[in-house]
Amino acid sequence: MTDRQNSTTPRKILVLGATSGIAEATCRIWAAQGASFFLVARNAEKLAAVAADLKTRGASFVDTAIADLDDTDKHPALLAHAINSLTGMDVAYLAHGILGDQTHAEQDFNTAAQIIHTNFMAPVSLVTWLANFCVQRRSGTIAVLSSVAGDRGRKSNYVYGSSKAGLSAFLDGLRNRVDREGVKVVTIKPGPVRTAMTAGMPKSEKFADVDAVAEAIVKAVAKGKDTVYVPFQWRGIMFVVRHIPERVFKKLNL
Amino acid sequence: MPAAPPATEQLNLRVSEGQTPSAPFESWGRYPTYGATVIPLHWQNDFSAIAPSLLNGALPVGMGRSYGDACLLKDGNLLVTTGMNRLITFDPETGLLTAEAGITLAQILDFAVPRGFFLPVSPGTKYVTLGGAIANDIHGKNHHMAGTFGCHVTQFELVRSDGTRKLCSPMENPDWYAATIGGLGLTGFISWATLRLKPIVSRLIDYEGIQFHGIDEFLALTDESKDVEYTVSWVDVTSTGKNFARGIFMQGDHSAKRDTLLPSPKPKLVFPFDAPGFALNRLSVSLFNAAFFHKQFSKHSVAVQDYEPFFYPLDKVLHWNRMYGKRGLLQFQYVIPWEHAKEGTVAILHEVAKSGLASFLAVLKAFGDVPSPGMMSFPKPGITLALDFPIKQDRTFPLVHRLADMVYEFGGRLYPAKDAAMTAMQYQAFYPQWQQFARYRDPLLTSSFWERVTGETSGI
Repeated sequence: MTDRQNSTTPRKILVLGATSGIAEATCRIWAAQGASFFLVARNAEKLAAVAADLKTRGASFVDTAIADLDDTDKHPALLAHAINSLTGMDVAYLAHGILGDQTHAEQDFNTAAQIIHTNFMAPVSLVTWLANFCVQRRSGTIAVLSSVAGDRGRKSNYVYGSSKAGLSAFLDGLRNRVDREGVKVVTIKPGPVRTAMTAGMPKSEKFADVDAVAEAIVKAVAKGKDTVYVPFQWRGIMFVVRHIPERVFKKLNL
Repeated sequence: MPAAPPATEQLNLRVSEGQTPSAPFESWGRYPTYGATVIPLHWQNDFSAIAPSLLNGALPVGMGRSYGDACLLKDGNLLVTTGMNRLITFDPETGLLTAEAGITLAQILDFAVPRGFFLPVSPGTKYVTLGGAIANDIHGKNHHMAGTFGCHVTQFELVRSDGTRKLCSPMENPDWYAATIGGLGLTGFISWATLRLKPIVSRLIDYEGIQFHGIDEFLALTDESKDVEYTVSWVDVTSTGKNFARGIFMQGDHSAKRDTLLPSPKPKLVFPFDAPGFALNRLSVSLFNAAFFHKQFSKHSVAVQDYEPFFYPLDKVLHWNRMYGKRGLLQFQYVIPWEHAKEGTVAILHEVAKSGLASFLAVLKAFGDVPSPGMMSFPKPGITLALDFPIKQDRTFPLVHRLADMVYEFGGRLYPAKDAAMTAMQYQAFYPQWQQFARYRDPLLTSSFWERVTGETSGI
């Protein structure tokens, strides 16, 4: 409820990768609080569906742009246009990313490079621009979806994991640089969540409900937290996973 | 610059990868259980995108709250729609809500109640999808006034597996509209629908509970409460003699006193394990029924309560179906037209009491005469009774078949959404229009229920 009271003026939120399952669930909560949105995604039909949903749920303003965020050359123009349309920006929420095909990436560098480009290089380009914009204004929150998979490489998804590890480290450093300038950098590390991205994976109890994850993200962004695990139990789990000795870890099937 | 992955990759289609793991899928009754390939859909166009690659037949399913095999497809593809839960438009002047078909009634209530709107018709659980509510043309406690769910669906889009799209309403493609309402998800894929919500000023229900003894008292109460919006009765199906057909008549109206519309905290009590078989015997069921009957100490009680416990008493216990153990339960719901409603109900209640297989509580209600727009809809004017039976080897099925024959003799019919047992002959006698309906079936779509009761096979 405090979140709601804090946002008497609807916030201006830029969402990159707005059709991702986690982004969509998060935006629904912000929409119910009356936020304004600029939504970016690759697929026009999906983006239109998300925009209509947020508008119906109470968003005070929704504008969209179709863009392939892999195309880093177009980032400056896109971001400038978005902020212009929103007439400012309180929160930039980066949620685009791909799981990719690990088995394929093990055999083929181009597949691995594509995963790393989408999950690391493209966010680095976006966040660099956004951070400089925010530093100039001395305000703003940059919230980025990373993953628990970045905390330690595992044989089942180390290509995806390493792209997220790079992203998390980049955000740590950026936070260190811009915190004193009044800019917040929030690194969000979800465990497995039931979304379209994980739809083909066998489900177990460890898959979190997307709405619960979204609520935790909204809270973390409102408080300007540094790094959050969602659900929070993953902080403890990953603490243990990070501290398993390598000579044991390399024998495990994870 | 790496190219964007193809659209199908984002769907993570197990079928297209040639490694179709078959997972057991349970309906709410937990009987039968069939292996099927579960494919979650997230976007309105997913169905068109994947339909050409589905060879073994497919069935759109939502929350899987149908009791029997109407939401199952043995060795086929189950297209789970719950990821398609977006709102499309809402008009606070008219109450018209357009949403994707995978949205649940719970999600609709979360959106609508704080805005002063409510479902026009609600079943006993809010964990069903909009598409499922249309496909089964569900009914609720206000059937005598409001008719079925389909009466309030103003339009929807039907996507056929050949890629054609039909806008269906009473004006546009009216035959497809009629075939799809109550059409068990077989006429095509419902991508979105428009529902007319009704205004409320409070979350509260003015409730009244009255004990009755026997069907005559039930009928008298039904007659007296014609103008009350919601009525339903819980009847004790275990008692004989002077307690035969005793029950509690429950009625309520939305409170007219302007009050809070804000949500209350969510109760989450999960039935944690499969109850052992011995937990459910004649004695425990009788004790439960007696306790329920006497829960209401006075013959007559009045209260004001939140809509949640009034409409969804069992939703408080998620997975309450586990109470019946691993073998599951058979549901049985009939409607018998007024002409034979009383004698039929008395005869069936006697048969059930005599069998000793009776269920916890049975739900008894009078259906009204608002016609349903659906060609295959279950409700019609008369008395409806819903029962559940724990599955006991050798005894439950013969009883249920016997009861189904009695229903037929009294001119009634059974509810496919709650059935796992009726024979092909019984079904075809209950729904003689089934062959006319079959012409509207999408060649890709079928269900284990449909194959069982028609002999038609799956696939294209």
